[in-house]
Amino acid sequence: MAQIIVVTSGKGGVGKTTTSAAIATGLALKGHKTVVIDFDIGLRNLDLIMGCERRVVYDFVNVINGEANLNQALIKDKRCPKLFVLPASQTRDKDALTKEGVGTVLNNLAKDFEYIICDSPAGIETGAMMALYFADVAIVTTNPEVSSVRDSDRILGMLQSKSKRAEEGLEPVIEYLLLTRYCPARVTTGEMLSVEDVEEILAIPLLGVIPESQAVLKASNSGVPVIIDTESDAGMAYSDAVDRLLGEELPFRFIMEEKKGFLKRIFGS
Amino acid sequence: MQTPSLELKGSSFTLSVLHINSQDMAVITAELDSKLAIAPQFFLGAPLVVNLSTIKASNFDLLGLKDILTSRQLIIVGITSALPEINAMAKSIGLAIIKSGKAASNQPQMPKTTKIVKQNIRSGQQIYAKNGDLIVIGAVGNGAEVIADGSIHIYGTLRGKAMAGAAGDKNAVIMAQKIEAELVSIAGQYWLTENLQQNGAAPSGCIRLEGESLTVESLPL
Ligand SMILES: Nc1ncnc2c1ncn2[C@@H]1O[C@H](COP(=O)(O)OP(=O)(O)O)[C@@H](O)[C@H]1O
Ligand SMILES: [Mg+2]
Repeated sequence: MAQIIVVTSGKGGVGKTTTSAAIATGLALKGHKTVVIDFDIGLRNLDLIMGCERRVVYDFVNVINGEANLNQALIKDKRCPKLFVLPASQTRDKDALTKEGVGTVLNNLAKDFEYIICDSPAGIETGAMMALYFADVAIVTTNPEVSSVRDSDRILGMLQSKSKRAEEGLEPVIEYLLLTRYCPARVTTGEMLSVEDVEEILAIPLLGVIPESQAVLKASNSGVPVIIDTESDAGMAYSDAVDRLLGEELPFRFIMEEKKGFLKRIFGS
Repeated sequence: MQTPSLELKGSSFTLSVLHINSQDMAVITAELDSKLAIAPQFFLGAPLVVNLSTIKASNFDLLGLKDILTSRQLIIVGITSALPEINAMAKSIGLAIIKSGKAASNQPQMPKTTKIVKQNIRSGQQIYAKNGDLIVIGAVGNGAEVIADGSIHIYGTLRGKAMAGAAGDKNAVIMAQKIEAELVSIAGQYWLTENLQQNGAAPSGCIRLEGESLTVESLPL
């Protein structure tokens, strides 16, 4: 049975698309056949981050409308044979996503894939609701600041009341917290909430802490998911998160302020 | 054995009572229409008993009143507490004469029920415990609301809004393991975050109404 994972947040710009690309790539690199779907109809940037924007012919909405079949629309990743992308349409409006349409596509994908990653748009409108409706697992992507935490809390409420699992009284959606753009130095100065603060407010298990990192920008500019950059802090943090998603227990890295060495302290870094 | 085609059984119903304090049909009509405009669904087709205890004129236009009510789809089933002359009129136009039991205090009390919620209440969610207490085993997030006609007990942090005594019970209290609330209110008296801070809300505490103002006392929870 395929597992449907939604990457969601409420707030925009927190790192959902970065996370969807990284987690999907990470799962596929571990040998699990994975598809990542862009639910952000009208904006479309998953394909950019995945580096396949030039190969988009048909999109998610084409498949829902029956204008193309899945095989025509799925883009096979160049780096990883177990990874596929179902891109969003840039031209259509969000109302193209219907529960029936999305449900049918997910059902068909579930026959063939182990993991289906849904990259949610921001907000709590149709697109975001469609992305989370069918989820088995939710990765609630949150930045360490008050407004993002509050939006995440709101999304958790939605998962508990508006998801298919909630509506049908099934086992609830499994919820994980992924803290992104974490900057220990700014936690020390009190500009940002700490891991503990966010954990206490949201009260769901922590899947990972991704540090604020130059590597992310570099990766998205070159169309390579940051998890491929195994030397980078963000890449390693995402790789840990994937391992935890698969059931491993690992200590959290990059949550302490880096101790600068004596020479670095004198000469700067 | 054949089932009897008639059976007489006692049963009690709750009826709304319309108190009429004027004999002037025009005044009554105007006031009734403005009430109906506010809550049309509430009254539509509702069976009513008309209380005429304040009417001291034996020539009260009962038939006129009945027409007014009927034309607004209110169903008048009978009258109560009227003069003997008006009672006689009621009989002649087919209305029942209803003796009210004891005063309002005898109204059937709603059974008190407690609502228990074992989860975090998230931003945007609202929980209402009607006719009773609310017990939350979990936190109430910023932007979440918990409301009870009785008291509210929160075994977790209260960050959102809590409104106890929502139907007017001034003895209701709000207790929380940790109070960081956006708003607390008891029987309509409320405090915002800054009032809580000014009044030195303890980490865990109990908020009560003392006279007309709220107080907070710490609890060793
Ligand atoms: N860990 C990180 N460090 C630095 N920048 C990041 C990080 N995660 C995301 N970003 C940047 O934040 C912006 C928004 O990220 P994106 O994944 O598109 O968010 P969303 O999909 O939630 O809108 C992008 O410019 C991205 O490069
Ligand atoms: Mg995005």
